[in-house]
Amino acid sequence: MLTFMASDSEEDACNERTSLMSAESPVPRSCQEGRQGPEDGEDAAQWRSQGREEGQEEDPDRYVCSGVPGRLPGLEEELTLKYGAKHVIMLFVPVTLCMVVVVATIKSVRFYTEKNGQLIYTPFTEDTPSVGQRLLNSVLNTLIMLSVIVVMTIFLVVLYKYRCYKFIHGWLIMSSLMLLFLFTYIYLGEVLKTYNVAMDYPTLFLVVWNFGAVGMVCIHWKGPLVLQQAYLIMISALMALVFIKYLPEWSAWVILGAISVYDLMAVLCPKGPLRMLVETAQERNEPIFPALIYSSAMVWTVGMAKPDPSSQGALQLPYDPEMEEDSCDSLGESSYPEVLEPPLPGSPGEELEEEEERGVKLGLGDFIFYSVLVGKAAATGSGDWNTTLACFVAILIGLCLTLLLLAVFKKALPALPISIAFGLIFYFSTDNLVRPFMDTLASHQLHI
Amino acid sequence: MTAAVFFGCAFIAFGPALALYIFTIATDPLRIIFLIVGAFFWLISLLLSSLVWFVARAITDNRDGPIEKYLLIFGVLVSVLIQEMFRFAYYRLLKKANEGLKTINPDEPAPSMRLLAYVSGLGFGIMSGVFSFVNTLSDSLGPGTVGIHGDSPYFFLNSAFMTQVIILLHMFWGIIFFDGCEKKNWYPLLAVILTHLLVSALTFLNPQYEISLVSAYMIMVLTGIWAFFVAGGSRRSLKRYLLCQDKNFLLYSQRSR
Repeated sequence: MLTFMASDSEEDACNERTSLMSAESPVPRSCQEGRQGPEDGEDAAQWRSQGREEGQEEDPDRYVCSGVPGRLPGLEEELTLKYGAKHVIMLFVPVTLCMVVVVATIKSVRFYTEKNGQLIYTPFTEDTPSVGQRLLNSVLNTLIMLSVIVVMTIFLVVLYKYRCYKFIHGWLIMSSLMLLFLFTYIYLGEVLKTYNVAMDYPTLFLVVWNFGAVGMVCIHWKGPLVLQQAYLIMISALMALVFIKYLPEWSAWVILGAISVYDLMAVLCPKGPLRMLVETAQERNEPIFPALIYSSAMVWTVGMAKPDPSSQGALQLPYDPEMEEDSCDSLGESSYPEVLEPPLPGSPGEELEEEEERGVKLGLGDFIFYSVLVGKAAATGSGDWNTTLACFVAILIGLCLTLLLLAVFKKALPALPISIAFGLIFYFSTDNLVRPFMDTLASHQLHI
Repeated sequence: MTAAVFFGCAFIAFGPALALYIFTIATDPLRIIFLIVGAFFWLISLLLSSLVWFVARAITDNRDGPIEKYLLIFGVLVSVLIQEMFRFAYYRLLKKANEGLKTINPDEPAPSMRLLAYVSGLGFGIMSGVFSFVNTLSDSLGPGTVGIHGDSPYFFLNSAFMTQVIILLHMFWGIIFFDGCEKKNWYPLLAVILTHLLVSALTFLNPQYEISLVSAYMIMVLTGIWAFFVAGGSRRSLKRYLLCQDKNFLLYSQRSR
């Protein structure tokens, strides 16, 4: 799910809680209703007015609020598209890094391409004699996997609605423990085996312990933003590798398609679980759920420019949103209200240096499934690099289009459908059409 | 085939493109996006041309022999035409996007068409080069002896140089093509299509590398000079640049640092 950094809903009166909320979701300032000019941070000036009217969509996730109070309206227009392109690149980089890690591992470590059993979520085997049987088995696997995901998402929504925050918190900590320690240990073991490096247990224990402990701290508590982002990328890559290893071929492709459709429905339909989640978070004026979300926001400080007592130009301390993760695509959200630094009142009339960075958020599930697609493209078949690269470019273009739509509609959007659709189309067409063509050309040394 | 071959060929083929990317494109996010969209357009054109070739091959029932070579030649020529068509399509898209950008950002200057021509040409070139060469590169890391059956031992080097030339040529063609479209002058477009066909046709002469590679480089130099003049350069500006007398350039490079 793709969301902009939250800003306050334009209807909420500015109060301390909303300031805190905006502090917590790393948006530099909150939009206050009645505030004039510096309302638009959206990517296009023409969408500004639209955005203001649809303020009832009071999802803090969904708006981008730019600018500093007191900034001239004209000055903001020039920021809009530049920030739009910048957001896209801020997401391109982590997605690319995750895919690079996954592809590099797939191409070098044999373990992740060996067939070694299947997950319990995909019980039907694909070693069947006939094509029809195989297709049927993969569809059944997909149905089971998808229903598990739906059930878990609904369970999370129910827990969140009934405020069972401790349960959710505990669940998320358990899953991140598993990812950061167990899966990392396995990964490290396989990499060492591949490169034939000898390692003793005490050193291994030290390394894994440090890696895991720092990861837990960064993800669940506070840490430098870059470190947090790096850890999120690594756990997404680890999860994607697990999927690549344990999902049989045809099931993987069908699951990717089905997950995109589910993502589309869950985020856009009025009764979709993810949408209900977001709306519940909104109603309670609680911070956006930080679980499973990669945030590209940078440290920011907001200066107070207007001597307006109701202005929220409070100085907000640098804050890194807490991230939690789950082992599933279902977006769990953080249950507990975030611990926030109270905003320091700036003195009236003082214009502080303002350095604002808005960011976009992308769910970790999206990272995982993008990497699964590219990793599967790299793993299967003839080890063709063209297919991998084509899928990579297709996914990036899909992400670009999704971000464009996000700038237009300014509400949380599913990030999977367009990218996965492009990725799947390009995978199958490149593997079957382009590969023979390019191979024949390369063998005759013809260049087109 | 050693790591030396791998790295050497990789840098021969992609060095100039990488340098251009790092120094001119990586700094501005909008340019990166236009580059990737350009690469995507080239990819679609490749997809269509592979489809055409595939269908043609299926129609002629996959027979082996000379017909395979003719089909390949047909495929290459069709592919060149489709690529140029998609270059034109990208031009139209950029024109529309430019107008959109202007209405959104009246204050900030939208990227000029010349810049977009350069970026799109580079995007086409990078994707084209990567697709032609990456599989060969990855094979060069593995075991084997080049030309053991009597083929030329310079297979990798030739492919690397040819890839480099194609990347640079795409960039120049992009500049010339877009300029022709802007000025509604159809001769540059025709010239671009013809030179592209010529360069591809020259590769049919492989493995006689002397002819194909040397002519490709000569064409590249000529196209480069033409693109330089089209993009607004002149002998005087070149002289001023070389003698470090170009005040505008010096100021600009100071500011961007």
